[in-house]
Amino acid sequence: MSAGALFRYTLALADDALILGHRLSEWIGHAPLLEEELALGNIALDLIGEARALYAYAGTLDGKGRDEDGLAYRRDADGFRNLLLVEQPNGDFALTIARQVLYSALMHPFWRALAGSRDETLAAIAAKAEKESAYHLRHAGEWLIRLGDGTEESHRRAQDAVDELWPYTGEMFATDAATEALVAEGIAVDVARLRPEWEKTVADLLARATLTRPADGWMQEGGRHGHHSEHLGHLLAEMQYLQRAYPGAVW
Amino acid sequence: MSEQNLPLWEVFLRARNGLAHKHVGSVHAGDAAMALQAARDVYTRRGEGLSLWVVPSTAITASDPAEKDMLFEPTASKIYRHPTFYKVPDGVGDM
Repeated sequence: MSAGALFRYTLALADDALILGHRLSEWIGHAPLLEEELALGNIALDLIGEARALYAYAGTLDGKGRDEDGLAYRRDADGFRNLLLVEQPNGDFALTIARQVLYSALMHPFWRALAGSRDETLAAIAAKAEKESAYHLRHAGEWLIRLGDGTEESHRRAQDAVDELWPYTGEMFATDAATEALVAEGIAVDVARLRPEWEKTVADLLARATLTRPADGWMQEGGRHGHHSEHLGHLLAEMQYLQRAYPGAVW
Repeated sequence: MSEQNLPLWEVFLRARNGLAHKHVGSVHAGDAAMALQAARDVYTRRGEGLSLWVVPSTAITASDPAEKDMLFEPTASKIYRHPTFYKVPDGVGDM
């Protein structure tokens, strides 16, 4: 096993969690209900907590003395390995919920599988994240059902959201030689094997929400290689501002 | 969507096994399942509970504050209802 491959694998998982967590935190002060403000904030904190644990581990694998702050706040957009899905702007509430459903429907079985990893640190992080992601899926799934099966307008918005995000779902199942080597060693998760469960979870939720599953057309990829949409740069500009302006600033 | 359009639910939380559910507050939600989620998200963020109940606020029948003299005042003079007129034998220890 190469430490570099494990570092990049851990980093990508951390980036997914951090960027989605930051996106959800943008709802604070803007959520449609006080209750949802807290719910989205709770999920954001779960994700940022997962990111912290993964970054801390990645930093030790990297051996360059970067701590979690160094990895989160002092890398540029092309250094981030997150899925394009998670950096997509919040849009309306339906888009935020659809994004959460598509991501959580994979991450729940993903963390469950990673909890059996031969890498003890990843397994421990995954065991904690599994319970969190189970609730994230429940929360977003229940909302998607009610938005889709709600009013004419909420149905239209929910369908638009699913349609808009669908091209970003292919990347979730993409893999590469380095990851496959980690899978063969029992360290990483074979995401392709999780696809049927993801498909079923999403199909069931869409059916209950009276929404139509979009066709699998052309899929947008690039996040895992550092090729991001313009949205990530804007997100990082805000998220990293303090550490960029005052390097090493602490509370 | 505004909170005014959503029904109100009263939230009851049980902190530990063996305790009763206690009223902790209320949430807005469209139905019972969403109310339970909202209650979890609003009232259990610091590990406060092991079990939640949500009850439609409209299902609660409350006593009228204007009747509190009639309902509650008469008991004030009945101190013999308190178990304070017994001598506890030494052997019993703390009760």
